[in-house]
Amino acid sequence: MSAVIENHHDDHHHGPAKGITRWLYTTNHKDIGTLYLWFSFAMFLIGGAMAMVIRAELFQPGMQIVEPEFYNQMITLHGLIMIFGGVMPAFVGLANWLVPMMIGAPDMALPRMNNLSFWILPFAFFILLSSLFMEGGAPNFGWTFYAPLSTTYAPPSVTFFIFSVHIMGASSIMGAINVVVTIMNMRAPGVDLMKMPLFVWSWLITAYLLIAVMPVLAGAVTMMLMDIHFGTSFFNAAGGGDPVLFQHIFWFFGHPEVYIMILPAFGIISHIIETFSRKQLFGYSSMVWAMLSIAILSFVVWAHHMFTVGLPLAAEIFFMWATMLIAVPTGVKVFNWVATMFRGSITFETPMLFAIAFVVLFTIGGLSGLMLAIVPADFQYHDTYFVVAHFHYVLVPGAIFSIMAAVYYWIPKWCGNMYDERLGKLHFWLSFVGVNVTFFPQHFIGLAGMPRRYPDYALQFADWNMVSSVGAFLFGFSQILFLFIVLKTVMGGKKATGQVWEGAKGLEWTVASPAPYHTFSTPPKID
Amino acid sequence: MSGGSYYVPDQSRFPIFMAFSLFVLVMGASSTINNLDDPDSNSVYILYSGLACLFLTMFFWFRQVIKEHLAGLDSNQLKQSYVYGMAWFIFSEVMFFAAFFGALFYVRTLAVPWLAGEGSKGAAITAVELWPAFESTWPVITTPDKGAEFDLAEKSMTWPGWDHALEWLPLWNTIVLLSSSVTVHFAHLGLKNGNRRRFNSFLGITVFLALIFVGLQAAEYYEAYAHYGLTLNSGIYGSTFFMLTGFHGFHVMMGGFMLAIMLARSVFAGHFEEHDHFGFEAASWYWHFVDVVWVMLFLFVYIL
Repeated sequence: MSAVIENHHDDHHHGPAKGITRWLYTTNHKDIGTLYLWFSFAMFLIGGAMAMVIRAELFQPGMQIVEPEFYNQMITLHGLIMIFGGVMPAFVGLANWLVPMMIGAPDMALPRMNNLSFWILPFAFFILLSSLFMEGGAPNFGWTFYAPLSTTYAPPSVTFFIFSVHIMGASSIMGAINVVVTIMNMRAPGVDLMKMPLFVWSWLITAYLLIAVMPVLAGAVTMMLMDIHFGTSFFNAAGGGDPVLFQHIFWFFGHPEVYIMILPAFGIISHIIETFSRKQLFGYSSMVWAMLSIAILSFVVWAHHMFTVGLPLAAEIFFMWATMLIAVPTGVKVFNWVATMFRGSITFETPMLFAIAFVVLFTIGGLSGLMLAIVPADFQYHDTYFVVAHFHYVLVPGAIFSIMAAVYYWIPKWCGNMYDERLGKLHFWLSFVGVNVTFFPQHFIGLAGMPRRYPDYALQFADWNMVSSVGAFLFGFSQILFLFIVLKTVMGGKKATGQVWEGAKGLEWTVASPAPYHTFSTPPKID
Repeated sequence: MSGGSYYVPDQSRFPIFMAFSLFVLVMGASSTINNLDDPDSNSVYILYSGLACLFLTMFFWFRQVIKEHLAGLDSNQLKQSYVYGMAWFIFSEVMFFAAFFGALFYVRTLAVPWLAGEGSKGAAITAVELWPAFESTWPVITTPDKGAEFDLAEKSMTWPGWDHALEWLPLWNTIVLLSSSVTVHFAHLGLKNGNRRRFNSFLGITVFLALIFVGLQAAEYYEAYAHYGLTLNSGIYGSTFFMLTGFHGFHVMMGGFMLAIMLARSVFAGHFEEHDHFGFEAASWYWHFVDVVWVMLFLFVYIL
């Protein structure tokens, strides 16, 4: 691939503006990507602190540290913040940084709207967090906010929660439209659809899912708002509605939402495994088709979250089989990653360690998901810690490990410095041990019958809860090391080359490190 | 995809102003709604200032975009981005309505019959113990709780039979909205053929029809509230009826407003060329979308 032809027609475009306005008014995809990533890091630490409160309370049976009401608020906010403030903005940040570079575009397609999608988020989360200080406390109905807990029995702050979800949704929709339009319209000549890097593919599909389901979430919270304040009866059987309707609408959003949080991870992991195995990816097109199938199937499996509400038998059977079907394309992906590593010249730099841990631990989470998909078994597992263990296995060593892997993998490209490999490996091992010590025992206490979302538990669960809390604090505090490593890398360190990684392929590695403020001012040549 | 060099815009203040306006708007809306019972509350002024900020920001933002376009700064690629962007935005709106239609289908075909004890699931449902006399009908005029918590309406807004067809407002609304979709298409044809007068007059007619539609809808709501006792409080029928038609009506107002702006731009500023008028085209797409939603509403809310 040829070097980039720098052809500035306007001196104004050379570098970033000075001072704070650079960040407030920016239309640059790299600046906005950085903002998203730092925002998500901040939310990750806040949501993590809430997790620490939860695990501290659960360290021993009995009520120790917080009131049950406050515990419920922590449970709710931890989930909402990690999903909408941590994982999703991190992936949008990565998309902002990487998608334009990977497809040879100058920037995102709609750069001003891009800035808007970001800046809505701090306001939305300010509203959400401020509800902690409101009369009646913050939302306390769990991140799934089932009616009537979130309608008839909700604290007054639910109104603020509803509107903050509304603007978060607007931000996500605009962000997703931007990504789709960028990928459809801004590819450099020669970057055909089936030549696009897999991260770009994963984000094209993710963005489509976002545009399809975020409006449904907006509909759900609007119905809640009307039920609470304006006398409608969507979720009230006394008026002919049905609380189960809420669950249907919510999970029609919610299931694609969980794939929104994992598809970009699939893209990232494919790149990293390919690079550090120094081999071509085993099957590119099967990876694309697997992601597409997963995305399509995600629309017809939502009721597997609701097996115990009393669905008709036919529905339970349909949703069980549809859910199990997802294991097929997911299996395609896992075997693909393993086959890529097979007989490769593998080296174990930090991103690769995170990527391999992703493959193993995400598969554990996937298999416990398969167990939960079996209707009669789910009657037993529903709302126990087994479910908590399952979704934390797909989200923490799944989504979050992939984000960390991506940060280690691309940070030399972002700031021009190599991270400290020794500290990176330390961070990996602490996180790896921490995450397993935290969540693996939760499988046991879940199967033994411990329900989720309670601040207290029966004595027989005490030992494993203690182990889990120790692991959680280990994992939590290791993330401060991560913050330190990132800051250290931004401040200085060994200079990175343009190529950075020996085996890395793709347009982003053809430009200098750090990547110039405007990467491509003319379309690059693609071989 | 296009050759040549790429266009990269300057910094812009509008996005963060817009984000801030949205913040003020939703803070105002939340506190207003939470203080509806308190006559001394002045949170509504926060809501108004949020709205004012939002409209001002949008005005100046769109003005900037139009100026850039007229100055020839937009590359073909950017123009194409606007086209894709609008299409995906409309898709997101479709999904928003899908949530409410989904709710309607769910309660009509499953929840209400189950509440009345129909079907294998109905037999097991505990509500049968609670409201044994409830019978499943659509529209649900008598709610399961027989008006204990919710108001009982006297009449629904459904098809009144051929004898009363002509005094039935939804039929007129359908005629008005479908014609407006045709007139906006004629306006588009006029513009494409370089006939500015034709464009302006047909667009004017469209905006006029939009106003009539909103007026008729208001009359229908007045009738429902004043004469039929049908309100948001009338159980699930009132809920789905007012939310579906209400959100549709709101979208008609937005679409009509967009078209009115396009009309003003054409009449007063002479904007739009034969082959370069995406601002208008986007608004007309939106208008056709609103029209299709109405057809679905007419079918599933009023007729069936």
